[in-house]
Amino acid sequence: MRYLIIIILFVFTSCNLNPKQNTKEVQNSIDRGFVVYSDFCVTCHLPNGKGVAKVFPPLAESDYLMNNRSLSIRAIKYGQNGEIIVNGETYNTAMAPLGLSDKEIADVMNYITNSWGNKNDTMITPEEVSKIKK
Amino acid sequence: MKPFKFLNILLFLLTLNSCAQDNKKVNTVKDYEIIVPELSIPWGFVFLPDNSLLINEKSGELIHFKNGKKSFIEGLPEIYVRGQGGLLDIELHPDYKNSGWIYFTYASSDGEGRGGNTTLMRAQLNNNKLVNKEVLYKASPNSTRGQHFGSRIEFDNEGYLYFTIGDRGNRDENPQDITRDCGKVYRLNDDGSIPEDNPFVNEPNAKAAIYSYGHRNPQGMIKHPETGDIWTHEHGPRGGDEINIIEKGKNYGWPLASFGINYIGTKFTDKTTIPGMKDPLHHWTPSIAPSGMAFISSDIYGEWKGNLLVGSLKFQYLDRCVIENNKVTKKEKLLEGLGRIRSIKQGPDGYIYVGVENLGIIKLLPKK
Repeated sequence: MRYLIIIILFVFTSCNLNPKQNTKEVQNSIDRGFVVYSDFCVTCHLPNGKGVAKVFPPLAESDYLMNNRSLSIRAIKYGQNGEIIVNGETYNTAMAPLGLSDKEIADVMNYITNSWGNKNDTMITPEEVSKIKK
Repeated sequence: MKPFKFLNILLFLLTLNSCAQDNKKVNTVKDYEIIVPELSIPWGFVFLPDNSLLINEKSGELIHFKNGKKSFIEGLPEIYVRGQGGLLDIELHPDYKNSGWIYFTYASSDGEGRGGNTTLMRAQLNNNKLVNKEVLYKASPNSTRGQHFGSRIEFDNEGYLYFTIGDRGNRDENPQDITRDCGKVYRLNDDGSIPEDNPFVNEPNAKAAIYSYGHRNPQGMIKHPETGDIWTHEHGPRGGDEINIIEKGKNYGWPLASFGINYIGTKFTDKTTIPGMKDPLHHWTPSIAPSGMAFISSDIYGEWKGNLLVGSLKFQYLDRCVIENNKVTKKEKLLEGLGRIRSIKQGPDGYIYVGVENLGIIKLLPKK
């Protein structure tokens, strides 16, 4: 009986703790990502993530961002050149490589994929970013 | 049936006629020609005496474009490419033919602290390689912030060298403090030494290279072809992009006076003018994000002579500003929608050349 209580308690705490830690981790990354965004991205993509029509593609409710996780990380990591189609609109504006660390890229990705109506259930980690090749 | 036939013939003739007219229209409407294709961010460029071009790509490549071919100049210093930092402007010594000096600005992480800051270097070209490199100025401290490196380089009629550095995203500490770098227009002798009559040489702890202060991020600078004055423009935040004429020791007000507001819409000042500080000659609100600046001083463009050209990064056009008595009295958009306009130069042939992102360097043709 005692063991059972311990096991039940253990299961409970582990069940409770893990997601909590995760949400906290995600939230911390999003918070750091906001700082990166305010420094490097806001000038073109704007505080509301809507960008500028035909010049700077939107991040808010952007099909390109939400459906092309690796390509989006690659664009932040190595720069974006050439045409992309975002929400049915063609964009061809160069984005220079931003010179961010893998951690900063993970943070800003977590911020933009969880803001302005975007929702991302799988956290982006620096390890994931480090594996993205040019 | 007969009237129909007649009508058909008439329609056919009309089509021919309109086609011919359309073709003609296209010819006259096409107002540019691509000179250097396939560039990414041509941040600055300059014509060498043999009419070949040196082109700075922001990512850190110095391209020599000669006889339709690109080659890469070797021997660049290490460049800190982060945010708006990278390889920036390029300019030739006024007596380049004899001195051979090329001046350029870039972000560098040399010196103390993490991050980087704007650096001015001069060097000479020898067999596609930079030699005799000298760092003439390096702003400090380094910063990991991605914003506001400036910069443009220009010489005045007396041979002084001017260059700009933006506030490096630290608007509350840098621009109004002459003991700190950043948010300034600097003036140096051509060898990097500080002119004895610079405005702050006798101020304790002041950065003696400073010529004017209270700037946000000037990315356009040009000598007026007639007065010899140094004109700049600078990015405002949201609204409040400015044109200024640079005067010795003057404070241009950033961030105490501005027509702009924060990106998120909040205000940081309710003043657009402050006694003792210089007001802009012109401001753009909403912002166009100005980059590149040139006066038309040749006769090629007819009545446009004397106009000021300013590139818009944000809205992708070339703003032709008519200037009368140091005021912008009329503006017209040129080259709209080609791409973000980064750099502008009047070439030795009197034509205007424009660096457009993701396109290349184009030549502006006069409208017939």
